[in-house]
Amino acid sequence: MSVLPILDVGLAFLVVGLAAWTVAARNLFASVVGYVAYGLLLALVWIRLYAPDVALTEAAVGGGVTGVLLITAGKRLGALEKDEAGATPALALKIVAGALALFVAGALAWVVVTLPDPAPTLAPAAAAAADGPGAGLGNPITAVLISYRSFDTMLEKVVLILAVIGVWSVGADSAWGAAPAPLGRPQPAGAMVLLAQILAPIGALIGVHIFWVGADAPGGAFQGGALLAAMWMAAMMARLTEPPRIDARWLRLALVAGPAVFLVIGFAGLGLAGDFFAFPPAFAKPLILFIETFMVLSIAVALPLLVAGPPNGRSAR
Amino acid sequence: MSALFDLFSFAAIGAGVFFFFAGTVGLIRFPDSLTRLHALSKADNLGLGLIVLGLLPRADSALAAFKLVLIWALVLASGASTAQLIGRALRRGQK
Amino acid sequence: MNELLLAAAGLIVLTVAVGLARILRGPQDVDRLMAVQLLGTGGIAALLLTAYATRVPGVDDVALGLALLAAFTTMAFLNHLAANEEEADR
Repeated sequence: MSVLPILDVGLAFLVVGLAAWTVAARNLFASVVGYVAYGLLLALVWIRLYAPDVALTEAAVGGGVTGVLLITAGKRLGALEKDEAGATPALALKIVAGALALFVAGALAWVVVTLPDPAPTLAPAAAAAADGPGAGLGNPITAVLISYRSFDTMLEKVVLILAVIGVWSVGADSAWGAAPAPLGRPQPAGAMVLLAQILAPIGALIGVHIFWVGADAPGGAFQGGALLAAMWMAAMMARLTEPPRIDARWLRLALVAGPAVFLVIGFAGLGLAGDFFAFPPAFAKPLILFIETFMVLSIAVALPLLVAGPPNGRSAR
Repeated sequence: MSALFDLFSFAAIGAGVFFFFAGTVGLIRFPDSLTRLHALSKADNLGLGLIVLGLLPRADSALAAFKLVLIWALVLASGASTAQLIGRALRRGQK
Repeated sequence: MNELLLAAAGLIVLTVAVGLARILRGPQDVDRLMAVQLLGTGGIAALLLTAYATRVPGVDDVALGLALLAAFTTMAFLNHLAANEEEADR
């Protein structure tokens, strides 16, 4: 008998149990840590579902960017809670929030339960597009992302930029243009500096590797970009470098480079291949890699800025 | 020859699983944070190290083997540095 | 042999998952963090074993990504400990 089904069922119970516990936990930090663990288990689940690309995204984003973001948020919220002891929401608010949550969960469950059999799917169309003109890539997922659903992929990066602008807009007016507060302490411990000095260069190489093999194997622009972002954050946490001023010209250019290059090439497709976001078959692969290079840059710059937070008028926190 | 390699893999991976088990027992049963940190680093360094050692004969290219060793090296560097940092924080009485 | 590798992977995941009880019990935040770190290392080991048992391409790259980021949450956490301490000193 194969051990695989037993493992899968065990993993499924583990993930659901941890998710339920994360929601129910009363200790804020325990809940945050539980969520990070949940992300790790989810990466294993994606592997078992034969989706290494998604697992890689989950590992790179969950372990790096959101992990740091949530720990930071959890610690800051914990400090706020101490100041506002007793400020619990009113009963009416609790009931409304509970009802809303029930409604969303119920609606989702209803949609899943009432799906027609077989469920509607775009998979054949996407698979055909991945094999068809404009592909030329060994990894069908990258082909679908950039060729079949290129407009969505481009808009996702626009959303990232909007999120960065949203974070920046929270800062005080007087601080506009300044740099966000440093991520690390004023005198970082020697071990942390050493670790960042080891990780950052190796990690940057691995990030580029993951992006580069993404054309033909699991990996790609988002995964590579997220790893590069994490490495920049490591350097900032050890104070090897500081968050840049948000009015820096290079920073703004790097942020918009990905979607901008994508759009320009998309419009060029109108003339060259007869359709918006169509690639001439002969140049499809180099064009896609060219677009992805700028996407990596934008992602690697945008994610750390989301974690660094709004501009801070003072030089140190 | 391949049977010998299989035996080696089996022994090393079995030992690796044992260290993960021991690390978990330590994390659950040891009385304070410093001793639990000690248990954790055994699982990190030896557990993963033995698994990597057991898989090395099964790597079918030099790149795959290099990746295995690199993964272990990264975890070693991370584990050693964070253990040092956590230990120091605990000594100072922070939690 | 492949079945054995998978069994080892499952055994490791389930073992370190038991360690997650430390997130529940704490008592300190550091203990909770250690449980996640153990799960991370165990996850890397399980991924490598799965990669060699099933030969699905790219699984070892996922393990590589996890290994690279193994220290990240701990680094962020320690920075906050330090920040609180400096505020307390003031």
